[in-house]
Amino acid sequence: MNDNLIRLTDLEREVPFVLSDAERHEIEHALGHYPDGRAASIEALKIVQQHRGWVPDGALAPVAALIGISAADLEGVATFYSLIFRQPVGRHVIKLCDSISCYLTGYDALRAALEQQLGIGYGQTTPDQRFTLLPVCCLGACDRGPTLMIDDDLHGEVAPGAVAELLAAYP
Amino acid sequence: MMREPTMTLEQQLLVKPLTARVNTAQPMDLAAFEASGGYRALRLAIKELSPQDVQARVKDANLRGRGGAGFPAGVKWGLIPMGPDAGVKYLVCNADEMEPGTFKDRLLMEGAPHQLVEGMLVAAYATRATTGYIFLRGEYVLAAARLNQALAEARAAGLLGRNILGSGWDFDCFVHTGAGRYICGEETALINSLEGRRANPRAKPPFPQIAGAWGRPTVINNVETLNNVAPIVLNGAEWFRDLSQGKSPDGGTKLYGVSGRVKRPGVFELPIGTTAREILEVHAGGMKDGYQLKCWLPGGASTDFLLPEHLDLAMDYDTIGKAGSRMGTGLLAVVDQTHNMVSVVRNLEEFFARESCGWCTPCRDGLPWTVKILRALEAGQGKSGDIEQLVSMTKALGPGRTFCAHAPGAMEPLQSALKFFRAEFEAGIRADQAPAAGSPASSAAG
Repeated sequence: MNDNLIRLTDLEREVPFVLSDAERHEIEHALGHYPDGRAASIEALKIVQQHRGWVPDGALAPVAALIGISAADLEGVATFYSLIFRQPVGRHVIKLCDSISCYLTGYDALRAALEQQLGIGYGQTTPDQRFTLLPVCCLGACDRGPTLMIDDDLHGEVAPGAVAELLAAYP
Repeated sequence: MMREPTMTLEQQLLVKPLTARVNTAQPMDLAAFEASGGYRALRLAIKELSPQDVQARVKDANLRGRGGAGFPAGVKWGLIPMGPDAGVKYLVCNADEMEPGTFKDRLLMEGAPHQLVEGMLVAAYATRATTGYIFLRGEYVLAAARLNQALAEARAAGLLGRNILGSGWDFDCFVHTGAGRYICGEETALINSLEGRRANPRAKPPFPQIAGAWGRPTVINNVETLNNVAPIVLNGAEWFRDLSQGKSPDGGTKLYGVSGRVKRPGVFELPIGTTAREILEVHAGGMKDGYQLKCWLPGGASTDFLLPEHLDLAMDYDTIGKAGSRMGTGLLAVVDQTHNMVSVVRNLEEFFARESCGWCTPCRDGLPWTVKILRALEAGQGKSGDIEQLVSMTKALGPGRTFCAHAPGAMEPLQSALKFFRAEFEAGIRADQAPAAGSPASSAAG
């Protein structure tokens, strides 16, 4: 069975999506920075994600209407960018740098420790919805490898033995 | 960063114009920045210099683009249409620092955000740009906050926005944050991303200077490049050229750095043309005890590996280019003897395969294929002909075969690893596989 297939009945059952006033206001503010509404598409998706953790299907049409492009166009943008989440993620998103400098300074052991303690692999979320684990491009902190980000926090020189304590800070 | 105690900040700025002010714990606010000479170049340009004068200073200084390609910034600016009828023009700062092993622009943006704002302003004045965007990768949240703070301070002080310093000149600037994808650093893909599209590269020509963002003339400069602009305008082209102390025909300082198993990894502002040996052994303290240098990437994942015997080369664009690599971003990633090169290259190619935008076939299909072969070799499951296939990849995905420089960049570490460490690749061929025979393509296709 293909989990990606969306049945019409599921869409029909879905509660109608309404952009919050805050989301609408922030998107309208971003629109003011550009000569063309489309340019705000990534920022608009990020705004929705900031408020909801991810970008639900229902968000596409109202956001697209607000910036003046089609929902299909917006979905094309949403699915291109790796940090726009089109499925639910955990309360905290761990972005583990898998690029060369971190690879050279202990990435494999750090990844193993994370996967073992979380019980999940890349692209997965813990059953308690606490953590999602993702790989990320070089975080530009190569002098402190291996590195990762949890939400907006950058952590460097993360030893495998320090993972438990680090995770504990994100309930 | 590291200030000589005997030198004043003013003197330091003449030696290390990029980092003398850098303070990542607490960057200078507008008042402190102006007290240290900040926005003096902008005031000088607006009051006494024409845009062409500013362009001429930067051209005379031969400031070469610090994003990796080394194209002279003044020449790039010179391609922008000028004159009263030129209309809307854009200045975009490429702050999408994502080249693996590169961590210099973060330092400048977090540690001295007003320097970039002033650089943007002076560059915009020189090109008569009407709006600026700092295209910043989304993960740099601290840099975004500090740049937005600096822009707000500048706007409130009349340095940015309408009628700047009473001159009648308008220019505003915004931070545009991304949402991942390395390809956004490619300048035409960056323009697509800025316009809110998928970050596929565009065909060149037309070059962005003629038809860039929203079809308008657009200059795209790297963070470090723009940080050099105000000091050049203030101190002159000759001062800038002398900064390299005769170590290179190029002028200026360069943010070099080292990552990997060295004693003091970090970023160091040094005369351009400083040798890789000095950068590694003096500034980064050499290899950690117990580790020996096996090879090094001079400036990012998309540069060819060099060997310990290349350490005495000057780190400048032409010297490293002649040695068969590229200086790239100038931040060394050092590989120690504990690493197998097949694994190191596999890591690099996995990155490039994942980050391909998928627009053109050699890149979209060739990079995953490359990864598949490397994984097999790493597991000791390589087939006869695999190495020949990798060699042919370096041609088929090389310059001229793809839409942009992504795949050719990916081939640089692969081709140099095959050249210098072929035995490590050969060791990954399964024991029961006969040595390569016949056409490499036919044996690898089976």
